[in-house]
Amino acid sequence: MAVTGGILVLFLLMHMIGNLKIFLGAEDFNHYAHWLRTVGEPAVPRRTVLTVTEIVLGLAVVLHIWSAVSLGRRAHEARPVKYQAKKKSHAQGYAIHTMRYGGVTILLYIIWHLLDLTFFVVNPKGGDATPYERMVADFDPSRWFITVWYVVAILLVGLHLHHGVWSAFQTLGLRTPRSERALRGLAVAVAAVVTAGFISVPVSITAGWVS
Amino acid sequence: MKLTLRVWRQQGPEDKGSMVEYKIDGISADASFLEMLDVLNEKLIADGADPIAFDHDCREGICGMCSLVINGTPHGPERATTTCQLHMRKFKDGEVIDVEPWRAKAFPVVKDLVVDRSAFDRIIQSGGYISAATGTAPEAHSTPVPKPDADAAFEAAECIGCGACVAACPNGSAALFLGAKVTHLGLMPQGQPERWDRVVGMLDTHDDEGFGGCTNTGECTIACPKGIPLDVIGRLNHDYLRATVGGKKK
Repeated sequence: MAVTGGILVLFLLMHMIGNLKIFLGAEDFNHYAHWLRTVGEPAVPRRTVLTVTEIVLGLAVVLHIWSAVSLGRRAHEARPVKYQAKKKSHAQGYAIHTMRYGGVTILLYIIWHLLDLTFFVVNPKGGDATPYERMVADFDPSRWFITVWYVVAILLVGLHLHHGVWSAFQTLGLRTPRSERALRGLAVAVAAVVTAGFISVPVSITAGWVS
Repeated sequence: MKLTLRVWRQQGPEDKGSMVEYKIDGISADASFLEMLDVLNEKLIADGADPIAFDHDCREGICGMCSLVINGTPHGPERATTTCQLHMRKFKDGEVIDVEPWRAKAFPVVKDLVVDRSAFDRIIQSGGYISAATGTAPEAHSTPVPKPDADAAFEAAECIGCGACVAACPNGSAALFLGAKVTHLGLMPQGQPERWDRVVGMLDTHDDEGFGGCTNTGECTIACPKGIPLDVIGRLNHDYLRATVGGKKK
């Protein structure tokens, strides 16, 4: 969970920085989207870096889910008879309780997101439009429900990271009493930056600040 | 105090078991939780009924035998306290109290509230020891231990092996117990020879016994009557990775 999660967090940060290019205008944004396909040229053929990234990410997602499912199954088997009293949680952290269903929601969101802005199946503009046009059309004020869906999914990603980033360090044996406060802080910071960065784009388009 | 208890009754390992309600009156607020159960049992015996079986031994909070999940919380509502040291003044008069055994596949119910915790013994047998010279006790200063290491090892050594961490864990994992043992012995010079075999051996046995995997929810450390910190799980993971990926285990 920790290693694959780490790969995905690094990707999220890069993805978010790329998204923020939308605030620099259509030309910058489209140029960036184009660069993603040509990066590495002429040393490697067109789309090599992008394809390798896609494969690594795909594997990371699959292994991350596989780890989560095996942990869930082990947990289920480890307590065949449940408690009769209402389950009480004393550990701090709403985020921990969203990890499993939040993760499933994020998976559904990723599928929608790929159909929307990678394969253009559910995007109002098709493959002929520029990336910038697709973004603006996608989060048009008339399609506010799409924006809400994106915002909800991103908030869940933020909660996921709030526990996940700290937990990854613990799993890898890198958390010590001395680094505890710093790691909690890092988890909150990563979660906050990723959430704010991603939410700013669809919300700005729906609000008409980017058009 | 007047109380309504809903207690898990189960004739034996094969019995299905169910919650049975008992009304009890005249309990002193200064009675311990186990003394309250003693009073109830005396009444049950006088009535010719089968008394409630529950584990207990020292009643001083140090042996690790008492093991009740009270209102969904292992060892009850008071932090860093075993069931035997929990007093009835922590409950409201007229309260309905649910009493259940530890729930884990690796801790099968023997009878009523008694569970078999020998899975922990088997984990200890697979690495929770040191090889020491036998004979007279060595001079205490012959093996110097840095004070911070001694303190951290002692903190982990406070684990009484009661199993509350497993009972509290949503995954049914015993990672806190494992971490306590690995930290306690791994920080001491005497624990070094078996350090890498210990962590791998104990974790393998833990998994074979049917305990779940740790997802760092932190419920265990709060339920722990000795307040063993989550740091020990970090150290467990650290030593495990060094033993396996790091190639330390020969």
